[in-house]
Amino acid sequence: MQISFILNGRPTSVEVEPSMLVADLLREQLDLTGTHVGCDTSQCGACVVHLDGVPVKSCTLLAPALDGATLLTIEGLQGEPGSNRLHPMQEAFREHHGLQCGFCTPGMLMTAIALAQDKPNLTEAEVRHGLEGNICRCTGYQNIVVAVMAGAAAMHAAGGE
Amino acid sequence: MKSFAYHQPSQVPEAARLLGALEDSKIVAGGMTLIPTLKQRLAAPPALIDLSKLPGLSGIKDEGPTITIGAMTRHADVARSAMLAERLPALATLASLIGDPAVRNRGTIGGSVANNDPSADYPAAVLGLGATVVTNIRDIPADQYFVGLFETALQPGEIITAIRFPVPLKAGYAKFKAPASRYALVGVFVAQFTDGVRVAVTGAGPGVFRVPPMEQALAQHFDPSAIAAIKIDTEGLTSDIHAEADYRAHLVTVMAKRAVDAALS
Amino acid sequence: MSNVIGIGAAPKRKEDQRFLTGRGNYVSDIKIPGMTAGVFVRSPHGHAVLRGIDKTAALALPGVIAILTGEDVAADGLGTLPCGWGISNAQGVPMKEPPFPVLAQGKVRFVGDMVALVIAETPEQANAAADLLDIDYEVLPAVVGVLDAVAPGAPQLFDDIPNNICCDWELGDKAAVEAAFRKAAHIAKLSLVNNRLIGNPMEPRAAVADYNPGTGQHALWTTSQFPHVVRTLMSGLVLKVPEHKVRVVAPDVGGGFGVKQFHYGEEAALAWAAKRVMRPVKWVASRSEGYLSDRHGRDHVTEAELALDETGKFLAFRVKTLANMGGYLSTFGPNIPTNLYAPLLGGVYTTPAIYCNVKVVFTNTVPVDAYRGAGRPEATFVLERMVDVAAAEMGIDRVEIRRRNMIPKEAYPYQTPVLVQYDSGDPMGCLDGALAAADVAGFGARKAESARRGKFRGLGYSTYVEACGLAPSRFAGRLGARGGLYESATVRVHPGGQVTVLIGTHNHGQGHETTFAQIVSEKLGVAFDNVDIVFGDTDRVQFGMGTYGSRSLVVGGAALSKAADKVIVKGKKIAAHLLETSEQDIHFEAGKFSVAGTDRVKTFEEIAGAAYVPHNYPLEVLEPGLEEQAYYDPVNFTYPGGCHICEVEIDPETGVVQLLNYTAVDDVGTVINPMIVEGQLHGGIVQGVGQALFENAVYDDGSGQLLSGSLMDYCMPRADHMPMMNIATHSTLCTHTPMGVKGCGEVGTIGSPAAVINAVVDALSHLGVTHVDMPATPNRIWRLLQNASLPIAAE
Repeated sequence: MQISFILNGRPTSVEVEPSMLVADLLREQLDLTGTHVGCDTSQCGACVVHLDGVPVKSCTLLAPALDGATLLTIEGLQGEPGSNRLHPMQEAFREHHGLQCGFCTPGMLMTAIALAQDKPNLTEAEVRHGLEGNICRCTGYQNIVVAVMAGAAAMHAAGGE
Repeated sequence: MKSFAYHQPSQVPEAARLLGALEDSKIVAGGMTLIPTLKQRLAAPPALIDLSKLPGLSGIKDEGPTITIGAMTRHADVARSAMLAERLPALATLASLIGDPAVRNRGTIGGSVANNDPSADYPAAVLGLGATVVTNIRDIPADQYFVGLFETALQPGEIITAIRFPVPLKAGYAKFKAPASRYALVGVFVAQFTDGVRVAVTGAGPGVFRVPPMEQALAQHFDPSAIAAIKIDTEGLTSDIHAEADYRAHLVTVMAKRAVDAALS
Repeated sequence: MSNVIGIGAAPKRKEDQRFLTGRGNYVSDIKIPGMTAGVFVRSPHGHAVLRGIDKTAALALPGVIAILTGEDVAADGLGTLPCGWGISNAQGVPMKEPPFPVLAQGKVRFVGDMVALVIAETPEQANAAADLLDIDYEVLPAVVGVLDAVAPGAPQLFDDIPNNICCDWELGDKAAVEAAFRKAAHIAKLSLVNNRLIGNPMEPRAAVADYNPGTGQHALWTTSQFPHVVRTLMSGLVLKVPEHKVRVVAPDVGGGFGVKQFHYGEEAALAWAAKRVMRPVKWVASRSEGYLSDRHGRDHVTEAELALDETGKFLAFRVKTLANMGGYLSTFGPNIPTNLYAPLLGGVYTTPAIYCNVKVVFTNTVPVDAYRGAGRPEATFVLERMVDVAAAEMGIDRVEIRRRNMIPKEAYPYQTPVLVQYDSGDPMGCLDGALAAADVAGFGARKAESARRGKFRGLGYSTYVEACGLAPSRFAGRLGARGGLYESATVRVHPGGQVTVLIGTHNHGQGHETTFAQIVSEKLGVAFDNVDIVFGDTDRVQFGMGTYGSRSLVVGGAALSKAADKVIVKGKKIAAHLLETSEQDIHFEAGKFSVAGTDRVKTFEEIAGAAYVPHNYPLEVLEPGLEEQAYYDPVNFTYPGGCHICEVEIDPETGVVQLLNYTAVDDVGTVINPMIVEGQLHGGIVQGVGQALFENAVYDDGSGQLLSGSLMDYCMPRADHMPMMNIATHSTLCTHTPMGVKGCGEVGTIGSPAAVINAVVDALSHLGVTHVDMPATPNRIWRLLQNASLPIAAE
C-alpha cells in the first residue's frame, strides 16, 4: 500500500507492505539506521520515535499508521540535514556523558525530549520514572538522568523546542 | 512477520462486517499486544482490521453519573485527563501505570479490555467499577464480560466501541509491578458506591476477579484496617518465576489496603 | 602546543557526535548489494537426539536459497568451535573437551543449540522456511542445575564424560588449610548460589558475511569485542582457510560486557555459508534469540568455610564450587570459574592459607562464559559474604573484622597464597574514604527513621580487589591459555603532524577514542582534535587481542604509550639531524624538539613533515616516515579494588528492597579521563546491583526450557531502580604499567553484589536472617520474613 507522511520535516511517500514495522521501514527501506531495535518485546525503547509529536516504539507500530502523520526520528533532531548543530538534549547527553556504546541513545533522546516537552521543571524522580520504557546497559542511568534534567532546562531556556 | 491483508474501515458496521467475513481476521487498535504477537509469529492472521479510522471511538465524556471512554482512547489521554483527575482519579492513575510512556501513547482502553490479559490493568478498573462494555451490538456488564484467560464475552464480529464507567464515591488502584514486564504482578482496584464496595484483582490469577469478603468488610468500614486480616485463598492463583501463589495472595491483601488508602487520600 | 588535552582531563567524547545523531555504524546497519538473509533454526529441546532433518518442503518455498545443517558442516570438513583455555586437574589430567560443532550433529544439548541455517532473499522468507523445516528429535531428559547434573543417574550430555564433569579443578595448599582449620577458634560456614545472568548488551548480536571469489577473500562484519581473535580461531580452526584470506570487522558495537568476546558458531556458519551460496548473508539476532544463544554468566553453587582465631583473624579459607558450563565449552568457558575465580579468594585480606576446589560441570543450558567481571564477582561475593557471616557469628563489627585482616598499604607488594601478587593498593584508605563519604556515622539515625515508617534499613560493605589487565601471557600460558594476551598499537604520524592510532583493542562504549587520544595528545603534544583512533578491522589494524578483562587501557594503553615513545625516539633522531646536533642533546616536551640549553626548536609538525619529505634527512641511517608500532605484554595483572557501601530499605509488607544510597571509593590507579572512569563505575555498579536484586536466568528442569526468555521475564535494572550514586577514587599507582593505570571496566560489577546483599542481610539480621541468595527479589525476601515467623510491622 502507498503511504504518505512527513518524515523529519519532508513530505515522504512510500510503497509498503502493511505488515512492515516502522522501525524496519526506517532502517531497511529509508536507510535511516539511527533508530535501533534492541528487543522484540517492546521493552527496551531503542526504537523510540515521535509520531505526531509523541514518543512511540517504532518496533511496535505498523507502517500504515504513518499515513497522514508526522514522524520525527533521531536523524531529524538537528533540523537542517547535514547540520552539525546539536539539539539541546543531544548537547546535554554529550556534556554529561549520558551515553557509552550509543545503541540505546537515539531512543533515550527521543523519550527525553518528549519528557521535557511535557514538563518544564523535571525532578530526578520524574526523569527516572519517565525513562521507564528505555533500557541502558552501559551507563547505570546516572549520567542520563543528569543529562535529561540539564537538557530539559536548556530546551526551555531556548524557547521550548 | 507474515504478511496480511490490511483493512481500514471508516464505519463501525463495515468493520464488523469485515471481521465477520474475513476468517481468522484480527482487530488492531493500539497494537501493543497484537504486534508483538505477530512479530514472534505466535499468530499469523490473514487480515487485520485497523480501527484507527473509525469516527467517534476516541474521547472521554462526562455524563454525570457515568463517564464513557471511547474504545480507541489512548492510555496517555486517560492518564492526563483533567476531568478524570477531578471525577475519577483512580482511573487516570491506573492508566498512568500501564507500560511506559511510549506504550501509553499507543495502547487503547478498548484493546486492553478486548484482549483481557490476566496481568493487564484496565480489567481491574472495569470490573472494580462495575463498568459496562459497550459494543457495536449490545452493552455487556463487567460481571459478565470477563470469562477467563484471554477470554471474554465478545462474540465473533463484535467490536468494543466504548467503556461506560459509573462514577463512584471513592476509588483507588494499587499496583505491584512485575519488575521486568511492568504488567501487574498484582493490581487491586477498589471502588466505593452508595450501595456497596467492589474490589477487583488483576495479575494474581488467570483473569481478573472480585473479592467478596473484602467488599463486604469495606462496605461496613471503608478503611484499610477492615481488610488487613482477610487472606486470599492461593487455590487457582498464578505461580511463576516472579511470584509464587502464596506471595501473590499476600500481595492482594497488601495492594487492596493500599488501594483503599489511595481512595481515601 | 595549544589544544593538548592530556592525562587527567575530561574532554567530551570524540565518539559522541555520531552516536547522538544516529550516524553510528553498527553491524545491523550494514547493507551489501545482493545481500541475503540468514536465519538460524535452533533446538526447541534442552536435550535430544537429532534423528534427521527433512528440508524438502522448506526448500520449495519462494526465495529460499539454501538450508545448511550439521551434515553439510561435516561434509565440508569444518572444524569445531575451539576453546581458548585448556585447564587440568591437580594431577595434570586435562579437562574433558567435547566437540562443539558449528551446527548440531547427532544431538542437541541446549534450547537454542543451532540445528540449521536457512538462507533466503528476505528474513520473512527465511523465517517461513525455518517454520517448515521438518526436524525429527528424540527428546531426552534435560538437566539444568549443577547439583542435579553431578548426581547419580543424571542425564549424561556426552557418552564419554561421566557425571557431566568437565574438570575437577583445584588450587591452593589443601593440607595447610586443613591444618589451620584444626586449630581454629571459630569456623564460619556459608552455602550460596551465584545466580545465572544474561549479559544483555543493548545491541543484539549480528553478523554479515561476504565472500569474493575473485580474491578468495572472506569478509565478516560481526558484533565482536575481539575481531582479530575471531579471525584467527575461525580461519585456522573452523573454516580452515588461510588467515590472510579472512577479514573480520567489528564496527561500532553496542555494548559487550563479555557476551561479544567469544567466537560464536553463527560467525563461522555465516562465513562458510556466504561462500557456499556466493552471496552476502546477514543475520541479526532478536533479543529473545540472544537469550538462547548469547553465552550466559556466573551460575555457581558454593560452600565456603572460614577458619578464624579467637581475635577474628582469618586463618584459612576453603571453598568448594560447582560451576555450570552449559552444553559445550565456550571460548573462555573453563577459565572463568577456575583461574579467574580462585586466585581472587584472598581478597584484600592476609588469609595465609586458601584452598579452592571447582567442579566444572556440563548441563543442558546455553554455554556459560565470561560476563563483566567474569569469575571475580563470584569470588568477591563468596568472600565478602563470608566475612560478614563470620563477623556476625563472632560478634565482631563488620568494619572491624575487615580492618583486622586487611593487607596494610606498607605490605605491598603482597604475595597471596593463591598465585597472584598484588603490586599496589590501599584497601584501608578506600575503606576510610567510603565510611566518611557514606556517612556511616549517621546510619543509626537513618535506620531509626525507617523503623518509624515500618521499614527495615540495612548497610552493607564490600572491600574487594580484582585482578585485571588481562594478562601476562607467560603466566596465562601456565594456567592453560592457548593464546597470548598482549596488546598492540601503531602510532601513524601523518605528514601534516596529525596522528592516527591503530589499536588492537575494541571500543564498544568505553570511550577509547577519547582516552587513547588523550594519551597521544599528552605524549606527543599533538592537539587532541588531531588524533583519531582506529580499531576493529583486521585489514586496517595489526593483530590485537581485543577488549575484555579491563585490559584496554592497561595493556592496550601501554602498547600505545610504548609506540608513542618510539615516535619520540625517531623524532629526536630527525630533529638532531635538522638542528645539527647529537640525538642526546635533543629534548622533547610539549610537542617541541629543542636543543637543550638553546632556543633552537623544531615542532612536531616540522619533524613529521621532514620525515615524509626527506630532502634534508639522514637517509643513510634512518628510514623516512614516522610510524611506530609496539606490542606490550604485561608482567603482572593489575589489582584495582576499593570499598563499596550500600544502604537499602526493605518494605516488610511486600519484600521490596529499595536502594537508597550507594557509595564507592575505588582504586583504579592513574585516571586518564575522570568523566569516563566515573561512567564505567556507574554502569558496572548497576550491573552488579542487577545481579543482586533483579536478574536471574531460570531454566525449567527436565525440559531445559529457559523460563526467563525475554525482557518480559528477565529483569534489567531501569532508571527508577537506582538512586544517585556517590563515586570517588582513591588511587595508588600500579607499579608495572607505564602510566600507573589499573583498569576500571569491571570494578563496579565486582564490588557491588556483595555490598547490596550484605546490606539486605543487615536490614533483616534482627529477624535472624543470616543469608539471602541473589537476586533478592520481593518474593524471596517475603519468604524469608515468613520463615522468620516474627511479627512484622505491617501498618
